[in-house]
Parts: sequence; C-alpha cells; structure tokens
Amino acid sequence: MDFLLVQFLTGLANASALFLIASGLTVIFGVTRVVNFAHGSFYMLGAYLAWTIVRALWDWGGREPWLFVLGLLLAALAVGAIGALVEILLLRRIYRAPELFQLLATFGAVLIVQDITLALWGPEDLPLPRPRWLRAFIEVAGERFPLYDLILIFVGPVVLGLLWLLFQRTRFGILVRAATQDREMVAALGVDQRALFTGVFFLGSALAGLGGAIVLPSQNANLQMDLAIIAEAFVVVVVGGMGSVPGAFLASLLIAEVQAFGIVLVPKATLVLVFLVMAAVLMVRPYGLLGRPQAHARAPTGSVAPVIRAAPFVLKVVGASALALAAAAPLYAGPYGLTVLIELVVFVLFAASLHLLMGPGGVVSFGHAAYFGLGAYGAALGVRFLAVPMEVGLVLAPLLAGLFGVVFGWFVVRLSGVYLAMLTLAFAQIVWAAAFQWVELTGGDNGILGVWPSPWARDKALFLWLALALCIGATVLLRRAIYAPFGYGLRAARDSELRAEAVGLNAAQLRLVAFVIAAASAGIAGGVYAYAKGSVFPTYISIPKSVDALLMVLLGGVQTVSGPIVGAVAFHGLFLTLLQWVEWWRAALGLAIVALVLAFPEGVAGFVQRRWEARFGAAS
Amino acid sequence: MAKTTRRLFLTAAGTLAAPGLVRAQGTQPIRIGEINSYTTLPAFTIPYRNGWQLRVEQINAAGGLLGRPLEVIWRDDAGRPQDAVRLAGELLDSERVDLIAGTFFSHIGLAVSDFALQRRRLFVAAEPLTDALVWEKGNRYTFRLRPSTYMQAAMLVEEAAKLPARRWVTVAPNYEYGQSAVKWFKQLLSARRPDVEFVAEQWPALGRIDAGATVTALAQARPDAIYNVTFGADLTNFVRQGNTRGLFERRTVVSLLTGEPEYLDPLGDETPEGWIVTGYPWDQVNTPEHTAFRDAYRRRFNDYPRLGSVVGYDTITAIAEAIKRAGALETERLVEAMRGLPFTSPFGRCVFRAIDHQSTLGAFVGKTALRGGRGTMVEWRYADGANYLPPDDEVRRMRPQTT
Repeated sequence: MDFLLVQFLTGLANASALFLIASGLTVIFGVTRVVNFAHGSFYMLGAYLAWTIVRALWDWGGREPWLFVLGLLLAALAVGAIGALVEILLLRRIYRAPELFQLLATFGAVLIVQDITLALWGPEDLPLPRPRWLRAFIEVAGERFPLYDLILIFVGPVVLGLLWLLFQRTRFGILVRAATQDREMVAALGVDQRALFTGVFFLGSALAGLGGAIVLPSQNANLQMDLAIIAEAFVVVVVGGMGSVPGAFLASLLIAEVQAFGIVLVPKATLVLVFLVMAAVLMVRPYGLLGRPQAHARAPTGSVAPVIRAAPFVLKVVGASALALAAAAPLYAGPYGLTVLIELVVFVLFAASLHLLMGPGGVVSFGHAAYFGLGAYGAALGVRFLAVPMEVGLVLAPLLAGLFGVVFGWFVVRLSGVYLAMLTLAFAQIVWAAAFQWVELTGGDNGILGVWPSPWARDKALFLWLALALCIGATVLLRRAIYAPFGYGLRAARDSELRAEAVGLNAAQLRLVAFVIAAASAGIAGGVYAYAKGSVFPTYISIPKSVDALLMVLLGGVQTVSGPIVGAVAFHGLFLTLLQWVEWWRAALGLAIVALVLAFPEGVAGFVQRRWEARFGAAS
Repeated sequence: MAKTTRRLFLTAAGTLAAPGLVRAQGTQPIRIGEINSYTTLPAFTIPYRNGWQLRVEQINAAGGLLGRPLEVIWRDDAGRPQDAVRLAGELLDSERVDLIAGTFFSHIGLAVSDFALQRRRLFVAAEPLTDALVWEKGNRYTFRLRPSTYMQAAMLVEEAAKLPARRWVTVAPNYEYGQSAVKWFKQLLSARRPDVEFVAEQWPALGRIDAGATVTALAQARPDAIYNVTFGADLTNFVRQGNTRGLFERRTVVSLLTGEPEYLDPLGDETPEGWIVTGYPWDQVNTPEHTAFRDAYRRRFNDYPRLGSVVGYDTITAIAEAIKRAGALETERLVEAMRGLPFTSPFGRCVFRAIDHQSTLGAFVGKTALRGGRGTMVEWRYADGANYLPPDDEVRRMRPQTT
C-alpha cells in the first residue's frame, strides 16, 4: 500500500513536467495548426539555458532557492523569446503554404538547434549541482520522497490554473480560444493574427522551456533531450485532444501514471506502453479525451487542391531521359555511385507510396516507415528462418507490409487530420518496439544480418537494374493509379466526402485500398533496400525514417504527381552531400530545408509546375 | 575536417598522377577508412577521434609504416547502420582505403562487420561491445578491440561473488547491450553462487528512464545488492533519485562501465561512494606506457584522456602493428597478421586472439569514491581481458567455425 502511494506520487511529479511541455504544444497547435517538431528543441534549450543562468545566479548570490526559481523563469522567458523569433523569422512566412508544410520548417529548426546547442555548450552532459535543499526528502508512509518532486506535483495544477485565468480573464486568452475554434472567423473579425500567433508561440515555447528547466535538478542537460521528449509530448497532446489544455493535463496524468505503474507490472514494456495507450484511446475516442472534431473543414487558404492533369510532353521526355541515364549508370558511375543510385531509386518509391496517401488520398501518415521496415523485415525473416532466395524474399516484402497495411489501415482510415497521423505513428512505434524487443524473432536492435542478393544479382549493375525495374516500375504503377478511376474516386473522397458518398463512392473503403497499396509499395522499397544493405535493423522503422519520407514528399510538393520523385532525389542528395563533406551537416541540412521551404512554399515540383503553367498555360 | 582529409588525399593523388614524375609506391599514404557516430554521440566519439589522431601523428612523425605515411579518412555515420554500410562502400570503392575501422553502436558494428565479410575486407571494430560481433556473428574479417559485454560483466561477477549479498535486483537499458549484460551477469554469478537469487528487474528505455518510479520499484523488492547497467543521462537521473530516496544505503551496487570518465564525470559531487565498477582511473594509472600516453594526449589536446581516447589510440596501434607484421596491405595477409597479433596499449600488453578475433585489452575494476567534489576510482586493479573470456570450447561452440 505504501509502495503504491509513493509510486502514485512519483507519477504525479512526472506528470507536471510532461504537462508543461504538452500544454505549450497543444496551445500552439490549437491556434496555428502547426505541428511543431521544434517543441522538443525548446525543451532542450530550456534545460541548457537554465543550467547556464542558474549557475551564474548561484555564483553571484549563493545557492539560494529563490535564485533557482528566478533562473528557471528567466530561462523560460528566454526560450519564449526564441520561440517568438522562430515564428517571426520562419513560420510567419509560410502559414499560407499547404497544411503540414510548416512541419518541414520546424524540422529544419530542430536540426539547426541541435548543432547550435552542441557548439555553444559542448558535447558532454551538463549536470546542475544540487545544493542540500534540492536533495531534501520527506517521509511518506515510511518511504523517502524527494521534496523537489513533491513541489513538482503542485507545479502542474498551478500552471493549469494560471493558463485557465489567462484564457478566461484576458483579452489575449479569449482571442486564443476563439482562434482555436475558428481562426478564419477571428481573422475576419479584424484581429491581428500576426501578433496573436507570435504571442501564442511565445507562450508555448516558454512553457516548453520551463518544462526543460524544471527537470534539471533530476536530469542532466543533454543533447538527446529534444528527440527523447517530442514523441511523448505528441502522445500527450493527442490523447488529451489537440488544442485542449485541460485535456493535456488529464493525459499527462494518465501517461505518467501508466508509466509509473507499468514498469512495475511489465518492466520490459517501457518502449511501447505510451503508444499502446494512445492507440487504445484513439480507437475509442477518435478526438482524444477532451478534444472536439477539428473545425477546419474549410481549407485554410480557401483554395482547393489543384486538379491533377496529365504530365506535359516535356516532363515525359525529362522522366524518360532520367530513367535512361540511371539505367546507363554502370557505364559511367563507379561502384559508390551505383550504391547511391540504388538508394535513390528505393527512396523514390518510398516517397511515392507515401504521396499516394498524402496527396490524392488526403491521408497524412506519420508512420510510413513501418511499412518500409515491414518490407525489409519480411525479406530478412524469410532469409533467416526459411532461407528463401532473394526472389522469394522480394515477394514476401510487400506481402508482409500489405498485410499490416490492411490491419492498421482498417483503424486508421476512420480518423482524419492530425489524429489519423498520430494513430499511424502509434502503430509504427508498436511495430518498431516489436522489432526492437522481440529478440528471438527479429534479433532485436542488433538486427538481421546476411540479407544479401542471389548470386546473379550480386553485381552492382544488375542489382541496380533490378531495383529500377521493381521500384520505378511500382512508382509508375502508382502514378497510373492516380490517373485511374480509383484515383479520381480517392481525390473526390478527399475533397468532399459527403458529395463523394452521395454519388455512391465508399470513401473509407477507397482510403483503405489506397492505404494497403501504399503499404505494399513501401514494402517493395524496404525489401529492395534490405538486399542492397545486406542487413535489417529496427532503425528502418523508427520515427526519423518516417520523417524522412514526409520531408521528401513535402519538399517535392504534395499536390504534384512528380513531387515525391523530385523530393526524394533532392532530400537524399542533400543529405548525402552534406553528411559527407560538412562537419556541421545537421545545421547545414536544417538551413537548406528552411531555405527550400521559404523559397518553394508549394514544394520544388509544385513551384516548377506553377511557373510552367504561368508561362505555357495548363496542359489540357 | 572530413573535407580537409579529402583535400589532402586529392593533393596526394594529384601529385602521383602528375606526368613525368615517376614515383615509387613509397610516398603514397596507407589509408584507413574510419566510420563513427560523431554527431550522434560527440561526448564519446570526439575523445576517441583525438585518440586516433594522436597515434596517427606519432606514427607519421616516426616515419610512417613500410616507409609510407598513414592517413585516416573518417566519416560520420549519423548513428544509422544503413549509412555506415554505404559509407564503408564509399571508403573502399571511391577512397580506395586499405581497411575499415571504427564504429561505436553495436548494431552499426555488426552491419559493417557483415559488409566486410561480404566484401572480404578487414574491419577493426573499435568500440562496439556486443558479444555477437566476435561470437554468434563473428567472421574472418572482423576484429574487435574493446573488452566486450561478457568480459566486463565477468570482471564484475568476480567481485560480486565475494559479497555476502543474496537478493539481487538488476536495472539495465532496454536493448541488446543491457539484455546481454544482465544475462551474463546472472548466468556467471549463479554459477559461482547458487544461493543467489534475482528478485526484480527494471528495463528503462534508453535515454528515457523514469528514475523515481524505477528506484521505488527496485527498493520495493528489498534487495541486498543492485546490478546497474544504465549509463549516460539515465545514470545521472537514476543516481540522483537513488541518492535522495536512499536506495543505495546499506546496499552494494555493482555497476558496469560507471568508472569510465565519460560516465563518472557527469555525476559530479553526487557520485555514490563504494560502487563496484569497471572503468578507467586515468589520473592514477602511472605505468610508463600510460604516463607517456597521458602526457602526449594532454600536450596535444589540452584535455585529459577518456576511455574512448585509449580505444582510438589502440585501434591505430593495432592496425599499425598488423601492417608491420604483414609487411603488405593485402586483406588476407592483414587478417593473418591480426590473428594472434600482440600490441602494446597504454594499459599494457594485449593480443588479438586467433580463436575469436577479440583483443585481450582489459579494464580497471575498483570502487567509486568522491575526491574534492568529483567522482574517481579507488582500490582499483587492472583486469587483463585474457582472464575474463569463456573456455575455448565454449567460444568454438558459439562462433561459426568455417575456414
């Protein structure tokens, strides 16, 4: 009994830190609809800044508690200012871009902040020394409980109360609530959106910064903090209902307690517990605990996605020449060039398969790497347990991925918007955890080795041609599907579900078919990739891999059919060049992404298409 | 930096290709391709890079190898095995390196090792700890320098078996390294002490430990002793909660790697006293080899060496010895030279075992202590890796025995 009480209190203390981060994220999302990947970076900056500021204050005035609190608040304000700056310099310029495009920009910011933090504070973990009063404890039911954790328990509710006051009693807060419900209407009523958005970013970032700062007495400031927290913060926000602060509070309590007791009951389930909770909640309550259906049936810019037309003749010539050039690569490129080309070909299919969902399907998947990884594991498991040759492995790959596509897709297509995206993420994390933890089957994080091609395809040139045939072949088929009646039906269901159903289309079924096709195609890409690399690891399913796919599609342009191809080549090309030749490649990649986002707010292919059509008119 | 190396190489190649200049093979540098997670784990890999840079400079100052200078072309794998494999290909095919070395993460080490087998080229794995690298997945072309999970666990078991403790709990990060470390510890300790029982285990996700809840859950089991495998940020978190909540009082803690400066230093003045750890008391080892190394390192980088520095330094030492012994750069001759290769580390004399390609580099076993607000090791001794490996029969059983 005593143990249960202490464990419960520990959960409450953790919930407070989680709530600070999640409330900031949810406020930002509610108003601006930005899926802010950089929120974890603000959390990390909060910890680093607090480390610097608190130590400076202590050096000046002794290790006093009030200086500590002052330091935390200063750090939070500083992070808030940084957040506002990011909004003004970066996001403000791209609110009119397609939804989710801001995600790209915030991801660029994540990369830049990582390198800036490394440059300013160095690589080593930075502990804040704890004076005696930070180490104090009280006796709870015969067990020691840290005094600081006890105080933390109250921080969450206090911040919740302050936010409530802010939102109910101030003009700013009322505007924020109004904008969360219907921001077009707020704008139509003459409210300065710019100031409102900047204010919201300041508030949200400051909360994240405070979250990072208050964990400092129990945790080092370290460079892995940003990505360690961001997935969990998203889970809390989604479970609570996006845009709902009380929901975030409830969800952070739920998640923290599930973790505190989960590790006692099932100590090995630490990797997957929170995602299981999220999947369960979304299946029962599709908009989270306290969320409402998103009121953004209107497209944010009032425009409809452009009609997809057949490619102009020039584009066909360009595409065919690129393909011919790639196929002829063994004549002029060295072995390394061929390796890179094979990777590019694989990523083109990976991005194209996601694009089928995101573009024509209107289904944004945050967990597309799951199907890429399942394809790779399908091939690798075939090799490991059945010793099948490559030819069979490449059949198993799309089968396994497609099978899971059916199962997961069945749940996913009934949701929409960001909730749908987060459910795909939850499924991807569950697959990842299985690959990571089911050591007997998958070899755990050490992966499956020895997945090499059949002897006839060992030659790099032959393997390239095989990859071209499979991946580009599948990509062409995906393109074909977009122009087929199926594709028209899918787009109709995306643009107006009601009207589509009125003419007899089954929207959910269309989306499910698209989901399975996309999953199986990603599976082919994963299978080819497995044989190209010779080994398969859980990293193929991890969140960064899903983000890569999103970046490729967004970079190329969601609303063009060639977008994913251009995006895959651009993103992977950029990554390779920078990784190899620039020591601070993350900052460089981040800057490049930001520059591309600002220069081509409709994606690279979208930009070219618009210029082309402005000049020569739309092809009919 | 990568850029500089590249440019150096191009200059060298350009000079060679210059018409009218007939050059002996002698001036062309011997090239080692090195891959590591430089941006993912800078706290570990930068001291490591310093270590190998120092050794390369020393060797070149002494006239190089086989009359040729030594050059390392290094790459950042961004913590991804798939990129490491591609870069290994790039180093072999485009940069024409003579062998591959490096890696930190176990899965990346395994990926590169399998690639090396496929391409039949030498791979000297520097830091990965997984036992699979030399046993279950061992291959002819892969050699590993750092003492493995098994070896470090065995060193601690030797001490743990002397303790009166009978009720044990374990806490380890939830991935292969943590799992192996716990598996071996349980297995080896139970063999020596049948009266010991393991009453609880905790598996926090790497980098995301819920320290308060973990500490309470461990205390709940009322253990006599604790076996800890967490490290880095998780370790600090665990130690702070454990200190405040009194988990470590009247209990012995046996902890893997915690004595390495990489992990000990961030604990600062909260370093718990009396933990039995493996590690590296860099400030106290005063053998001639180590003193020379430490002095040279401090002169060059104005910093003290970490364990990674020694690993980086030794990686190059071992490769240089192998090249000298082989007298050539053909892979098969290098592999033969590596098998049973003796080399001298700052820690003493070591050898790459022919039976499983594991080096006998050891670690220091001792107790943690606080001195002037910093953690350090006391009552330490050097545990020679050769004494902490399973019997040869067992190794042969675990390692694929082909050619």
